Amino acid sequence: MKTFSQGIHPKYSKGKTRGKAIQELPAPQRVVIPLHQHTGAACEPLVKVGDQVFEGQKIGETSKFISAPVHASISGLVKKIEPMPHPCGTDVMSVVIEAAPVANSGLPAKSYDSLAELSPDKIRKIVREAGIVGLGGAAFPTHVKLTPPEGKKIDTILVNGCECEPYITADHRLMLEKTEEIIFGARAAAMATGAQRIIIGIENNKKDAIERMKSVVRKQRDFQSAVIVLKTKYPQGGEKMLVKAVLNREVPSQGLPLDVGVVVINVGTAAAIMEAITRGSPLTKRVVTVTGPGIKEPKNLLVRVGTTFKDVIDQCGGLTETANKVIMGGPMMGISQYSQDVPVVKATSCILVLTKKQMIEEKVYPCIKCSRCVDHCPVFLLPSRLAAFSEKAKYGQFEDWGGADCIECGCCAYVCPAKIQIVQWIKLAKLKLRQMR
Amino acid sequence: MNYLIAPSPHQKASLTVPGMMLLVIFALLPAAIAGFIFFGLRALGLILVCVATAVATEYLINKIMKKEATIFDWSAVVTGLLLALSVSPSLPYYAAILGSIFAIAIGKQLFGGLGYNIFNPALIGRAFLAAAFPVHITSYVAPFFWRGVEAVSSATPLASMKFQQQLTPYGKLLVGNIAGCVGETSALLLLLGGLFLLWKKVIGWRIPVSYLGTAALFGGVFWLIDPAKYPDPIFHLLAGGLMLGAWFMATDLVTTPLTKKGMLVFGVGAGILVVVIRLFSGLPEGVMYSILIMNALVPLINRYTRPRILGRAK
Repeated sequence: MKTFSQGIHPKYSKGKTRGKAIQELPAPQRVVIPLHQHTGAACEPLVKVGDQVFEGQKIGETSKFISAPVHASISGLVKKIEPMPHPCGTDVMSVVIEAAPVANSGLPAKSYDSLAELSPDKIRKIVREAGIVGLGGAAFPTHVKLTPPEGKKIDTILVNGCECEPYITADHRLMLEKTEEIIFGARAAAMATGAQRIIIGIENNKKDAIERMKSVVRKQRDFQSAVIVLKTKYPQGGEKMLVKAVLNREVPSQGLPLDVGVVVINVGTAAAIMEAITRGSPLTKRVVTVTGPGIKEPKNLLVRVGTTFKDVIDQCGGLTETANKVIMGGPMMGISQYSQDVPVVKATSCILVLTKKQMIEEKVYPCIKCSRCVDHCPVFLLPSRLAAFSEKAKYGQFEDWGGADCIECGCCAYVCPAKIQIVQWIKLAKLKLRQMR
Repeated sequence: MNYLIAPSPHQKASLTVPGMMLLVIFALLPAAIAGFIFFGLRALGLILVCVATAVATEYLINKIMKKEATIFDWSAVVTGLLLALSVSPSLPYYAAILGSIFAIAIGKQLFGGLGYNIFNPALIGRAFLAAAFPVHITSYVAPFFWRGVEAVSSATPLASMKFQQQLTPYGKLLVGNIAGCVGETSALLLLLGGLFLLWKKVIGWRIPVSYLGTAALFGGVFWLIDPAKYPDPIFHLLAGGLMLGAWFMATDLVTTPLTKKGMLVFGVGAGILVVVIRLFSGLPEGVMYSILIMNALVPLINRYTRPRILGRAK
């Protein structure tokens, strides 16, 4: 079975939600839609306080290439446009909409039944207008990925169905329930980039999804396509690891998969592309796994972007008595939250609530040079050294030892017996280096 | 409601630094008990004295430096225990106390404590004893089992080989009923402890395998050249402190390389050195110096054995 070198085997804890079909969460009374939900430039608001907006209306836009517009996820009135708490930890300019009946429901967006009538440019335009970004967590604008620069030939669309973070089952459910949609989206991506083949990579802890995906792929004729089963190992879903495992190609240091002829898209992103093309619907909803020992009834929910965590958690029976940590994302790379008032954004794959029981022993010891971090780093860095350079602000040495190549997966901190926040030290040094430039 | 705010990852492996130290202590227990059986209460006394002195020294230095007490990370116990296991059972208690103080104070705390020392602290303590008490450190007694009363001085298998060309039977070397340091004589029990640490993933296979393998191969070359003069590879492996050194001292995490290639370099280097010292120096045994010399090279080894970063040119 294919895989990459090193990495870790955390406890996966996916059992509570793996078997639960995606349910749509009813539209909330109020949504908070940040104008910056993606990698790249923030949007400018297109609406004013007091405006009527309808579901699917574009409310934020920018002329910058690396960015993606945002849309209203409910119909109603714009109550405020001001900085609001964002799950990434800062306050971000956001549009607050309160549900109200609106007269104008907008023109129905144009939709297409088949890909045959679309040019690559048209597909990119649809994807951009729909505000589609990578739904695996990094939220990189998808139309940018579908626009290979001059001279770069793309041969493969790699559909990422690994979902290697513990607890999360959103992509697993999508692969079971929206299999055809995912393949349709992948075909659109292949057409947009000129790729000849489509490969879907799935970890072998999702046997049913592998079978389901294989049965659909077999019926698919216009592209060479295959499902590749990958060993269950974290971070298999990292782009560099996935490209290495499936194609045995190495994404160059500081480079992108397109440098080796590959575009990687998440299964959720592929499904969103299909929605945009065949139904004309922009990205206003996404699947969120709400789980963890601090959630009474864990579920996979289809949630409107802008719904607060509180509204989502309330639909899952609320928090348990012992809940004490609310995380956006999985336990390996997720961000812990100060309150439940932050909104679900395009990158919210999971709301994970942990209890005191999962508290980690926080006593930090000096690094004993045990080399566990070195043995598990999937990009072959010496994380403990990098953390030490960062701690002493030796950023030159940090760069010399390859610090910028860190993918921030957190394997180092996971295995560290001294409980040093290795990955956080590395992230800090990377930030400092960016600020110096 | 206040939520706990903490950086990712929010899920971690359960192993901790004190946990690793306790596993090392546990793995050394069979050899320590064997030392007590072969060399009686003196061996037990030395173990207790060394451990107690090491812990007390660590505690005192913490106090003097006004730092948090670090004795509960169990590393001082490991140092004391390793020192006791690597000295002659006839070493006077006052020498054992001085050696333990030196190991902790100079070998470890002077560098900044756990994680910052360059040399294996126990071996620093032992090197100090070798310099300060050259007679005591090289006088050995025959195992008298715990019932025996009188200690009879005896040569170690390595010394009998080196100075009288006398081989000790493998069986005795494996079991350990031979003259030698408190905890180095039973190759079998040390191997067992080492395999336990390997199984628990406290240590990796690279250093012990390359160290032992090189010692056997390189030692074997000389044996092939002149079997009458030089011992065979199996003798090299089983006699002296090689098992103790290879599984418990050359694998000391703090003082050995971080990289996989570096670990092999470390083991090969130490393996060559131990054979050279055993065969061509004035000393019968070379484990201690082979490891200490390689310890000094670790920063260099790390620098030149860095793995190729994914996506970078070779």
